[in-house]
Amino acid sequence: MSEGMEEGGSIKKFMYMNRKAPYGTIYALEALEVVLIGAAFDQDVSLAFLDDGVFQLTKDQDTKGIGMKNFSPAFKALGDYDVTKLYVEKESLEERGLTADDLMDLVYEDEDDDWAEKPSIRLVSRDELKAVLADQDVIMSF
Amino acid sequence: MAYEVNGITVEHDEEGYLSDLTQWNEDVAAILANDEGIDMTDEHWEVVNFLREYYDEYQIAPAIRVLVKALKKTMGKEKGSNKYLYTLFPYGPAKQACKIAGLPKPTGCI
Repeated sequence: MSEGMEEGGSIKKFMYMNRKAPYGTIYALEALEVVLIGAAFDQDVSLAFLDDGVFQLTKDQDTKGIGMKNFSPAFKALGDYDVTKLYVEKESLEERGLTADDLMDLVYEDEDDDWAEKPSIRLVSRDELKAVLADQDVIMSF
Repeated sequence: MAYEVNGITVEHDEEGYLSDLTQWNEDVAAILANDEGIDMTDEHWEVVNFLREYYDEYQIAPAIRVLVKALKKTMGKEKGSNKYLYTLFPYGPAKQACKIAGLPKPTGCI
């Protein structure tokens, strides 16, 4: 599917911003689908989680009461899709009474380091996130 | 639209993918495989069962590239290749094998 894409095409930095709670609107699920589709095109992909978007990564989500599919396990597959940079804004966590311990343990296997498991989540401050965003070619906000 | 399997109505979408994956069983898989013109062997079942386990864990049907990588890791180089998968499922492993496994169409699969 992605074969031949590398030739002639330049690699761009894609950032997908996730700012909304996982359920209640379709934004979070749609964003994840776009990321999974986009991952086929061998670009440099990052995700950012801020505002209520940080709730998307919380562990032990239980959606039985709202009759929606709990899609949070799909975040664990992102490493397989070579999506390994998940920036989480510290201030957004703190403002919601959350810490890094409330988030899922998301890892990827580093092909260049004998498939060692490494964490995908990178906690960044608001200022650090600004710098990451300034460095992107394409930003999509959900 | 629906399949009739052992007296049970199994709903599917316009492309034949099951509407409710909990209705899947091996008899349903056999009908789906038959519609795809595939004669199920142990090798086919191995991939189908692998996909069901993958979905169970991650709640998504993997893209072909991801499926190949995961198969390579668990079953070795020979089975973890595009060529092997296309031999088993000539009209697209992700599309056909996912359908037979009762999973939704893989995200991004055309």
